[in-house]
Amino acid sequence: MIEIDAFHRQGDFTLQANVRAKGRALALCGASGAGKTTLLNIVAGLVRPQAGRVEVNGVTLLDTKLGIDLAPRRRRVGYVFQELRLFPHLKVERNLLYGRRFAPKATPSVDFDQAVDLLGLRGLLTRWPARLSGGEKQRVAIGRALLANPQILLMDEPLAALDDARRMEILSYIEKLRDAFAIPIVFVSHRLSEVERLASDIAVLDHGKVAERRGGGRANGS
Amino acid sequence: MEQGASLSAILAPFTPQEWTAILLSLKVATVGTLVSLPFGLAVAYLLARRSFPGKTLLNGIVHLPLVMPPVVTGWLLLLGFGRQGPFGHAFEACCGLVFSFRWTGAALAAAVMGFPLMVRAIRLSIETVDTKLEQAAKTLGAPSPLVFATITAPLALPGIVAGMILAFARAIGEFGATITFVANIPGETQTIATALYSATQIPGGEAGAARLTIVAILIAFAALVVAEILAARVSRAAMDQ
Repeated sequence: MIEIDAFHRQGDFTLQANVRAKGRALALCGASGAGKTTLLNIVAGLVRPQAGRVEVNGVTLLDTKLGIDLAPRRRRVGYVFQELRLFPHLKVERNLLYGRRFAPKATPSVDFDQAVDLLGLRGLLTRWPARLSGGEKQRVAIGRALLANPQILLMDEPLAALDDARRMEILSYIEKLRDAFAIPIVFVSHRLSEVERLASDIAVLDHGKVAERRGGGRANGS
Repeated sequence: MEQGASLSAILAPFTPQEWTAILLSLKVATVGTLVSLPFGLAVAYLLARRSFPGKTLLNGIVHLPLVMPPVVTGWLLLLGFGRQGPFGHAFEACCGLVFSFRWTGAALAAAVMGFPLMVRAIRLSIETVDTKLEQAAKTLGAPSPLVFATITAPLALPGIVAGMILAFARAIGEFGATITFVANIPGETQTIATALYSATQIPGGEAGAARLTIVAILIAFAALVVAEILAARVSRAAMDQ
């Protein structure tokens, strides 16, 4: 269960969006500049909206009315950034394990070997990020977010920088993730076609407003 | 031999007093650099990454030793860290640490004089580290001090090393603040620079002055070479990215 309600004004741009999803995957769609990434940043706590509320799995991450605003490191979101942001001075394995030591010990955790095998990272562990192809970097970024043991995965255009063959490959990895680990995913894309396959709930953003909604709990899973 | 010194006199072994001055210089510069490093990192981080009231003032104070006459800095150190000074008194009372007319005072003077150079270099390199990487570390659960230790500092390492080398070299050459604060006592506070000054003040001291000059040049040159090697290694690493 994901619920995002935000009002945020930045210069000429105003975001006023209310999105919720009952299913395991929510997709945010829309042209560039529609406010998709801003919405993800609000969920992650990297942008603080003037007013808003974010709730994930019954945990309130932000509520400006109640004065709740968890620090990004306490929100337990696994954020796969559009520009990936792999740590260039750490090899793949250290990148993957970065969030591990900060994750709460008590909760059931994502198994390292399972995640590595699922994402096909076994052969890459000792490589530097600079030595990876685009698709490999993308998988490492997804693995790093996943292994931080998050409550929710945020993926910003995980397919945009890839060619068609790679795109299908990553798409199927994300499908596997969604089904193998019970972690809700918020997925941002400018292409409706690729999100339809993944998400049960879709919100189309246009100039900072929700222009269209699909799903809304209509379907659970795919 | 009226002018200058003969070659054989220059090539003669160091006198015990010269050795003492050389080793003391290295000790003072090393201790001064290492002790100021944590403060340099903290101030550079604050200036590069945080905004707070008084930031301009802090920046100004840090840079003062660079623009003030060194004698003024030395005199202020004497007022503040002399045995009667408020800080000097406090340090002596709490941990028995005395600065005035001791080698520790020379290290303090060296640290203060090198501090602006160290902070500048570290600040500039912290500013080149992409804040987006720091954000990523935060979303992965890292608290701020660990974000700095695991992401910012390693990526800013070339600048940190450069800052240390600049501060070290400045410390080796430090004269005005040192001689004002802790005088020029052989075996306690006499460094290469102040020994060189003494040598030029006595008849027949030219050979000693020449030898110390060569040592000072060699140390400065070695510092530059180390800086160059590190810079080359860093740019090679950057090419790999």
